[in-house]
This record gives sequence, structure tokens and C-alpha cells, in this order.
Amino acid sequence: MLLDVKGVKKSFQGAEGPVPVLRDIDMTVGAGDTVALTGESGSGKSTLLHLIGGLDTADAGLIKLDGQDIAAMGDSARAAVRCRDIGIVFQQFNLIPSLDVAANIAFQARLAGVHDAAKTKELADALGLADQLHKYPENLSGGQQQRVAIARALAALPKLILADEPTGNLDEATAAEVLAQMLSLVTRTGAALVMVTHSPRLASQMNRTLHLRQGMLA
Amino acid sequence: MTGAGLSALWSYWRRNPLQLFTLIAGLALATALWTGVQAVNAEARASYDAAAATLGEGQYDQLLPKAGEEIAQETFIALRRAGWIVGPVTEGQVGPNGAIRLVGIDPLTAPGGLGPVGGGGGMGLTEFLEAPAVFADAATAARLEGLVDAPIVVEPTIAPNTAITDIFVAQRLLNAQGRLSRLIMASEQPLGRAPLAQVAPDLVRRTAQGGADVGRLTDSFHLNLTAFGLLSFAVGIFIVHGAIGLAFEQRRGMVRTLRALGMPLGRLITLLAVELGVLALIGGTIGVGLGYVVAASLLPDVAATLKGLYGAQVSGTLVLRPSWWLSGLAISLLGTAVAATGALMSVARMPLLASARPRAWATTRGTLRKVQMSVSLGLLALSGILALSAEGLIMGFGVLACLLIGAALALPGVLGGVLALVQSRATGVTAQWFWADTRQQLPGLSLALMALLLAMAANIGVSTMVSSFRLTFTGFLDQRLASELYVSTESAEQGAALERFAASRAREVLPLLSVEAALADMPAALYGARIGATYRENWGLLGEAPQVWDRVAAGDALLVNEQLARRAGLWVGDDLSIAADLTLPIAGVFGDYGNPIGQAIVAEDVFTRLHPEVRATRFGLRTDDPTALRDALTQDFGLAPQAITDQAQIKAFSLAVFERTFTVTAALNVLTLSVAGFAMFMSLLTLAGMRLPQLAPAWALGLTRRKLGQLELMRAVVLAALTALLALPLGLALAWVLLAVVNVEAFGWRLPMYVFPRDYAVLGLFALVAAVLAAAWPARRLARTPPSDLLKVFANER
Repeated sequence: MLLDVKGVKKSFQGAEGPVPVLRDIDMTVGAGDTVALTGESGSGKSTLLHLIGGLDTADAGLIKLDGQDIAAMGDSARAAVRCRDIGIVFQQFNLIPSLDVAANIAFQARLAGVHDAAKTKELADALGLADQLHKYPENLSGGQQQRVAIARALAALPKLILADEPTGNLDEATAAEVLAQMLSLVTRTGAALVMVTHSPRLASQMNRTLHLRQGMLA
Repeated sequence: MTGAGLSALWSYWRRNPLQLFTLIAGLALATALWTGVQAVNAEARASYDAAAATLGEGQYDQLLPKAGEEIAQETFIALRRAGWIVGPVTEGQVGPNGAIRLVGIDPLTAPGGLGPVGGGGGMGLTEFLEAPAVFADAATAARLEGLVDAPIVVEPTIAPNTAITDIFVAQRLLNAQGRLSRLIMASEQPLGRAPLAQVAPDLVRRTAQGGADVGRLTDSFHLNLTAFGLLSFAVGIFIVHGAIGLAFEQRRGMVRTLRALGMPLGRLITLLAVELGVLALIGGTIGVGLGYVVAASLLPDVAATLKGLYGAQVSGTLVLRPSWWLSGLAISLLGTAVAATGALMSVARMPLLASARPRAWATTRGTLRKVQMSVSLGLLALSGILALSAEGLIMGFGVLACLLIGAALALPGVLGGVLALVQSRATGVTAQWFWADTRQQLPGLSLALMALLLAMAANIGVSTMVSSFRLTFTGFLDQRLASELYVSTESAEQGAALERFAASRAREVLPLLSVEAALADMPAALYGARIGATYRENWGLLGEAPQVWDRVAAGDALLVNEQLARRAGLWVGDDLSIAADLTLPIAGVFGDYGNPIGQAIVAEDVFTRLHPEVRATRFGLRTDDPTALRDALTQDFGLAPQAITDQAQIKAFSLAVFERTFTVTAALNVLTLSVAGFAMFMSLLTLAGMRLPQLAPAWALGLTRRKLGQLELMRAVVLAALTALLALPLGLALAWVLLAVVNVEAFGWRLPMYVFPRDYAVLGLFALVAAVLAAAWPARRLARTPPSDLLKVFANER
């Protein structure tokens, strides 16, 4: 099993004490699996994604990626796992504004020490970015920026892609197109995908759908 | 990973060259002014040290004649026979106006070798003895050509305007065969040697003071320069702080992304520190280069000032000394570290999932503002307490630091309060929007305004101090240089003859009698004065007892200078012992500006009784017809014309020295103000790029772009004017601290403070001009912003 989540709990401090956000989450994701994580706003979808990605730490539970417990790791070790094994696609794209498209795509791969120029070009071609490589993010449309973010996540050949509402900022037609491209590439690289989405239509394109309600998997 | 991280961080600067320029320019300017001043000081100190090494000043005790200027060769021989290990020195002036000091030494008896000969210098003893040459640095050697009939050898370690040769060569060149100027004592002397009073009663021993005498004299001047350098550096660091703060805020998103993509926090912080270190070195290197230019342009004036004020010879050319350019780079790194610490800590503490939106760099949070105001009030209170209670020079600078930092921190709060008051009274929608918008801009401009406040306060403070000094010094010169003519004679016998000759021709003949003495256990000078109308009518006293002049003239009391009074804790009415069997009450304290040592004045009779061996060779002559008296002295008495100096010459010379001092101060004033103007310009330019979201709604509601540009210009002028107004009391407070605390602690005298409203008004005008210049381009850019850019604000595409 690529990802094994067991008994994960997470609370945030509220005005009147701790507010539980995730209660005893158990889930597994296999290699090449595509999973949609759905639920209402505030149900804990993004928090779960952040815990899996090592962006935040759980209060309790195990999060094993390829046998390694991310939850037990320190900051540097989690950063190393993120860099090497996980690709993250944010809703707000989070590109580096001062780097051009080519450098943005190559960035995580360079951090992980697995940069391959041919791979970068192949991804750019596949996502229709071949003509945009020397442009800066501010000169791209939202759809183009999200394509760059997807290419960046895939260029480092991660085992797991985490996507937090990757089409949330895009219109419906662009969203469908971007998602199709992402699914196609994820399938081609053999990575697993966990995607947070509000859209049942997008969720239906995944192998499985996990629904979160009040911090628990329904 | 490191390469990728560095390239991402560097890409920010590549895309934001203006910010990069601001940062490097801030660092370069801060370093330039600091290193410029340090270079000048280092050059001067190197010259003092070279002089000390050459002449044995500061390192060894010396034997000097009690009266007159010569020691007979027989006295030297008698001392050597009595076991005293002393080396003879003959010195004199050569060249036009005696511009070059020729020093003759005997390297065989000179203790430890002197200067370049026999010691650590570049000249071997054999070489020195074999070649009857004159040694000097390149510039002096060039001027010696044709003046001396001996070979001239360039020796760079010799002090400027000084030439060294064998004592016999010097005596020949100076036409002083068999005469010595002073004797230098070896540190180790045999026990049981005959006492000095027995072997050479006409000589007095002057103990070594552990450093170059002239260095001590000029400390005041260098202290002022250093203070200026530090202030300029502080102003520059404000620019750096602003640039780094803005850059870090704008890179919050990048930092979050880098961490999310797998860069460990520790590595990221290290890379940011390395990046800043590299920028600091670049800025520092440029700054050191600029500092060299600043120093090279200031040095001739500084050298002239030091020579005029203290007789200190300072090389007029600059040498690249590792000590100051390394310290320049170090201070650039240190300044960057100080400016960046807060920003780096904020990155280190920033949660990975924190908002990437720039956290309102331009809007300080209310709590932070309150903390800043509290710290400011605390520092100002501490400054007041220290000023009234603390003692010592370090405390004096503590007062200055607390005052300046406290006032700078208070500035945003005070300006905010003033703007809120004006806003509440504004009528008309545009005016209300203008004042509200100005308040909103205040945090973004506060660092630049603080820099302007410090620069202006420094200008007002230092100008007030220097101008007060000039005014006091001019009055002091009028008092002290009352005699119309000053005459030097070659011997006591000629002096006595002159006194007889002048008695019937001059209104008053005032012999100038003095000996070195230890008063109140401190090195000092004892003067004998012929108390007459001149003293009674011209000398103003800082403190006096009734019938002060009558009592001094009768030998019942004495006068002391302010330095001696303050250092020894004495004042009018206290007793001072001037000899083993003579203690007199102090009847008056006189100001003695520029003199580093204590002084006491007794009546001529008392002085002669105590020191019968001292006879006057210099005189002040009072006359209603200086020209006639001068003619009589030269034609009838046979005195050489150069032995007579008139009062006007001395005053003109002294005031000319001050004008040179002013040139240096004025240049530093202009530089500091320019740096502050630059800080304002860069802040306005940077803010202009962030202003569109605030200005677009006003534009959409009917304000034209031209009007918006005009309002931007007006905003800068209003803020600069308010800052200038606040700088006035701060600058006056600074001047008071310099005059009443620092000066007293450093030099022993307190100067009266004068105010110069016209100068302050001109300075305020300069500040407004600087603000208009700083705001002109950003305002013009704003007025020409394409409507499409303004519309983007509403399209949420920015």
C-alpha cells in the first residue's frame, strides 16, 4: 500500500477551546490509485490533505507513505519526503512569480535532484505550454498557471500527487480540460492521486471517492 | 537543492531590480559615509603614529629645557657621563614658511631606534650612518629638492612634512652646530644615577603619555567625524531595513511555496542569509569605493583643519589601508544583519500554511505601533534621566543614542496623531480622502521619514554645535588676542632688551611666561601674567570672586582654566597648590577652548619667585599704532620681521581654520541629507507600485490621474514638512547634549549654546526641496498610469 492513514486526529484551537477537525481517520491509497476527497466546507478535506503532504502535523495517528510514518518525522525529514515523493497542486497555483514557466516546471525536480530537461519539455508539450516556456506567471491565464503547477508536480516523478481543489479557480470548460490532462499524465507516470474537490462530476472521474463529514469518513 | 533554491531567491531580485538597487544603494551609501570618515580618521591617526614613532613622542620620556628652546651639547654629555641613557635630537623648520620639520637623530643612542631607523622601519642602521642623507616620504622628498645640500632618500614610513637625518647633518642644515632641541630617554635607566636636578637643573622631564600627544589633541575633531559617520550609517541602514522588509514581505508566497515543495526551513534560512551576505558584500564593496572618494575629497580640508587647529601634520593623500576597508565590509555585513534579523526571524516563525498574501508591509498593526510608542517613550525617558544624572563619555553617547532612537521610533505615532487631527477637521471629500490616505501611507513611509528626521536632527545638532563653537571661539579670540603685536625673541637677553625698548613705545608690554607643571596631580601649565588693563578689560571669566584681578595681581589668588577646574573638581573659592610651599585660592575660572591641558595663571611676581630661571622670550605688545611699533622694532631694535605677528594675522588664520572645519561639516551635512532624500525617493517609488489598488477606486469615482499625481506630491511635501518641524526640537536637544554633556566629558569645557533660526529655516527648505525631488518621479509615473492598469484592479487580475 502506498499510503496508509490510521487513526489520524487533528484539532485547531478555537475561542472556546480545541475544535476537532479530523476524528479518527483511516484510509488507504494504492500505487496508481486516483481518489477524490469530497465533503462540505469545513469538513476537514484540506486539513487531511495537508497532513498527508506533511505540511502540517497530526495530533494522533499514523500516516505512512511507502512504509515511512510521515506523522512521526521532523520538519526536515517531512520536507525531504515532500520534495522526493509528493507532488502538490494548489488551488491558488502557488507558482514562483519571479521564475519563468520553464524554471517553474523544473523547480521541484531540481530541488529533488532529478531534473531532466527532456521530461520538462515533454510535460510542457503534453499540457500545451510549449509556447509559454519563457513567459512569467503574471502573463498567463489561470488555466495556464494551473497547467504549469501540474507539470511542476509531475516533473519530479513523485509517487503521490495531492491536489487541493486544483480547478477551483477555473471556469468549467477549462477545469474539465485541465483535469483531463492531469488524469492522463498521472496515469501515464503511474503516480497515485488524491484530489480534494467539491464537484461530484470531477469526483466521478476518479477510481474512488471518499466523503468527509464533520471530520469523519462517511 | 541549494542551486535551485538560490536561483529562485535570486530570480526575485532579477525581476525587481529597483528593490535590488535600493538595497545595494542603501548599503553602499551607509558604508560609504562610514568608511569615508573612518578612512580620514585612519589616515590622520597613521600620520600621528608615524610622527610619534619618528619623534619619540608618546613612547619615551623626554628631557626638555625649562626655558628657551635649546640644550647645550655639554648638558647631554654630562647626563651620559652621569649614567643617563638619553639620545639627542636637534630639530627645526626648513623650506618656505618652515613647512618641513627637519629632525636630526643619533641612531646609536636613540632608544630602540626611532621611527624608520633601527626599529621596525625600512631603513638599516648601517645604511643610515653610512649615507649622510635626508630621509622623507615621497611628497616631502619632492619638496626638499633644492632646499638641502644632502642626498634625499624616499622612505614611506616617515611622517608627512617631516624629514629625518643624522644629527650632525641636521645641525649643519639648520645652522645649529652644538645645539640640541631635546633628549629622549630610554625606557630602562640604570639605578643609582645622579638626579636630574643635580646633573642638568635647567632641564625638565616630560613623561611619556602612552600615545601620540597630537592624537590626544585631535580626539575632539575625530570624535565629531565619527559621530557623523555613525549617524549617516544609521540613516543608510534605515534604507536597507526598509528594502529588506519589503522584499521579505513580498516573498512570503515564494517562501511558502519553496517549503511546500520540499525545501527544509533551515536550508531556506541559510540561503536567505547567504543571499543577504552576498548583497551586503557587494553593497559594502561599492560603499568602500565611494567611501574612498568621499575621504579623498574631504582629506585635504581635514588635514588643513587639523594642522591649523592643532599643528598636526596629516598626509593629504589617502592610502588604502586594510583596517578601514575591511572594517567597511564588516560594518556593511553587520548593518545588513541588524536590518535583516527581524525579517529572517519572521520567516523562521512563519507557519508553512500561513497566508501567502503580503502581510501588509505598508500597514503596521495596532499592537506593534503601541509597542513601538512605548519603547520610544521609555528610551526618551531614559535619555532624560541619563542626561541629568549619568557621568562619563560613554554615558554621553548613551544619552544621544536613546534620544535619537527614541525620537525616531516616536515619529510614526506623532505624525499619525497630527494627521488624525487634521483629518477630523478637514472639510470636503477630496481633503478627507487625502488625509485618510496619507495616514494609511504613513507606515510604508515611516522608515524613510525616520531617516529624514535623523538626518535633519543631526544637521541641526551638529551645525548648532559647530556654529556655537565658532561664535564662542571668535569672542574668545577677541579676549585672548588683545595685544596688537606678538613678538618672539631669540634669547632671554634679547627679550629683556626688547622689554626695555618697548616700554616707552607700547601702551603695555605683556611677557608670556610659562612652565610645564603638575597641578592637582595632572599635567598642566603654569603661566605668569602681568595683570594690567589688558587682562582687566578683555578677559571674561566663567566664574569669579569679588576683586578677582586685584587679588591675582597682588599675588593672593590665581586663575584656572575650565579644563583644570572641571577635571579636578575645583571652582572659585577652592585652593590649588602650585608649588610645594605655595597654595593659593582660585579667584576666577576662564574659558580656554581648544587647549587640552589644564592651566593656572598667577601674577608675574609670583611666577618669577617660583621659577626665577624662566625668563620671557615672547611678548604681547599693546599699542595704538601697530605699524609704527612694528617699524620701530624691525628698524631701530633690529628684530627680524618674521619674529613679529600681528593680531589680525593670528585671528585671520584661526578663523580660516574654522572655515575649513565648516567645509568638512557642511559636506557631511549635505551627504547625510542626500542619503535621507534618497531613502524617501526609494520608498515613494516602491510604494507607487503598490498604490494602484488604493488609488483605482478614487480614480473610478472621479479623481483624475493628474490630480492623483499632484496629491501624491503634496503628500510627500506635507510629511517632510511635519518631519522637519519635529526635527527642530530634536536637533536642538541633540546640540544641547553635544555641548553640555559630550563636550564636557570629552574635552573638559562647556560651550554656551546659540540658536541660528535662519540656518534652520534654510535647512527646512532643503528638506522640502528634497521631498519634492524625491516625490516628483513617482508622482509623475502615477499620473501617467494607463487606465488599463487601473482597471486591472477591478478585474482582480493583479
